Amino acid sequence: MAKWAIAIHGGAGVDPNLPEQRQEEAKRLLSRCLQIGVDALKANKTAVDVVELVVRQLESDPMFNSGRGSALTAKGTVEMEASIMDGRKRRCGAVSGLTTVKNPVSLARLVMDRSPHSYLAFDGAEEFAREQGVEIVDNSYFITEENIGMLKLAKEANTILFDYRIPLPGADTCSASVGSLVPDTSLQMNGLPISIYSPETVGCVVVDSTGNCAAATSTGGLMNKKSGRIGDSPLIGSGTYACELCAISCTGEGEAIIRSTLARDVAAVMEYKGLNLQKAVDFVVKERLDEGQAGLIAVSRNGEVACKFNSNGMFRGCATEDGYMEVAIWE
Amino acid sequence: MGWAIALHGGAGDIPVDLPTDKRAPREATLRHCLDLGVAALKAGRSPLGVVELVVRELENCPHFNAGRGSVLATNGTVEMEASIMDGTSKGCGCVSGLTTVVNPISLARVVMEKTPHIYLAFDGAEAFAREQGLETRDQSYFITEQNIERLKQAKEANRVQIDYTQPQPIKEQAIPRSEGDSQIGTVGCVAVDRNGNLASATSTGGLVNKMVGRIGDTPVIGAGTYANKICAVSATGKGESIIRNTIARDVAALMEYKGLSLKDAANQVIANAPKGTVGLVAVTDKGDVAMPFNTTGMFRACAVEDGHSEIAIW
Repeated sequence: MAKWAIAIHGGAGVDPNLPEQRQEEAKRLLSRCLQIGVDALKANKTAVDVVELVVRQLESDPMFNSGRGSALTAKGTVEMEASIMDGRKRRCGAVSGLTTVKNPVSLARLVMDRSPHSYLAFDGAEEFAREQGVEIVDNSYFITEENIGMLKLAKEANTILFDYRIPLPGADTCSASVGSLVPDTSLQMNGLPISIYSPETVGCVVVDSTGNCAAATSTGGLMNKKSGRIGDSPLIGSGTYACELCAISCTGEGEAIIRSTLARDVAAVMEYKGLNLQKAVDFVVKERLDEGQAGLIAVSRNGEVACKFNSNGMFRGCATEDGYMEVAIWE
Repeated sequence: MGWAIALHGGAGDIPVDLPTDKRAPREATLRHCLDLGVAALKAGRSPLGVVELVVRELENCPHFNAGRGSVLATNGTVEMEASIMDGTSKGCGCVSGLTTVVNPISLARVVMEKTPHIYLAFDGAEAFAREQGLETRDQSYFITEQNIERLKQAKEANRVQIDYTQPQPIKEQAIPRSEGDSQIGTVGCVAVDRNGNLASATSTGGLVNKMVGRIGDTPVIGAGTYANKICAVSATGKGESIIRNTIARDVAALMEYKGLSLKDAANQVIANAPKGTVGLVAVTDKGDVAMPFNTTGMFRACAVEDGHSEIAIW
């Protein structure tokens, strides 16, 4: 019997000044979701079931940028996307442009299992959701006060923001202006000082007790994005990938992840260069991201787990059957 | 080392007895596009400009499944998608769900060059096209009689092309032989200039009778389109299969990570995909060209600076 392993993430690129309290909250959420995944693995659930289960948990909590708590489009609405991939036979499902589906990752799974296609988006995806009877909520369910404030800031700065979790003086009144921030210009992500940026896609990778790997990723995307913008999270090979050897989920600067087909490259390097998981992950993050900043989590069919990022921090957690369990934010 | 160009008009079950009235216009378009592409390369145009130019021509041709002549979704409309990638910068642009944009590939290029994003879709993409002043036409411009007929037949056979439950050989699908054309066409072009700069572009209307909102491999970087400093690839065939097998990226990955030649890498990628599902065109920075497919045929053409050129179907 193979050894199971699981890794989860809540986004790469974290402000070094993130208040202690926020860090603790994030770690508590990561621990809780990790434990849910571990319990499911101990109960012999399949990899694809576990990644869906865990990502649903992350989507339902407003802390990270997926499902509830998603970043807002320029119009002030939420457009969510997700993908899931089952390493056995590399079946996959993806969705984009969701506005009322409570758990995007579950719809992605239904696309994989119950449609003749791999990827559905916007109105067509919403229609499919209703046909399938998944839980539907009003778009306002996903929108948080904090993100309304963030969007305003982003517009004032007239830039794209990944997300932002640092409370500003007066942030709750949405009256904070960019000028009141003291940006740490030495650290940037997607062209912005990291103090007003914090991307949080969520993801989970698992290898179960039969050695099968699966991956899932979910996000609301970039704050202030154009309506209709698709990022790396729903793109198989970029944000998500799983095959017989391994499973990967990425987070960070979407453009860089797509250009470097980051998730696929980890597996390709293992397959074609014979590198082990850690070496493959190290190689890809170091050599393939060019000037982009991103992070990824990965597991191999041998029960190994690896997390790597070239950004300033990544919300993450890992656990293996050996009893290793860790939740972290920084290097 | 000189320039090279390869283009395709779709891989599929193209019967060898394809009647002349179906064959001739497609061959003529392939020839015309090849000539255009070659002239542009000779004139020193960037590969990015060349692939866009060629794919625009293919989109404008109603005989191929892209732009005008796109196959229809289950609700009888056209939903087009495309992507373009610059091998030198690895910049990319992708679009999906277009219903009125005359040249999807050009919108993809504008997304790449004029937005901080890579991929725009559906209403957002259509709105952006108008902001940017791209040419748009009413849906009726894109819809051809042939495609109305194809959709009708697909519905009668109650089928969407492709591996839903089991992979089925395309031959089993009830298409009158006289129809004969590739059902799962896409169009694409790859090019390299004398300096080894590479680019790839792919465009499609997708699958006959597809669900509304269905996105295929064409706009997915790494699946239908890929270009880096070693090679440029454009794939065609069963989208769901191309996505799972990350076809375009894999050709480059095999060359890069396993040291295979273009020919070996391309052949291996095609051989590893289920028979009857994929084809691709590819060029390298050294001017090598490959156009393998595991379907009955693939509308294709290529030319290299040393004078060799080819237009073929089977």
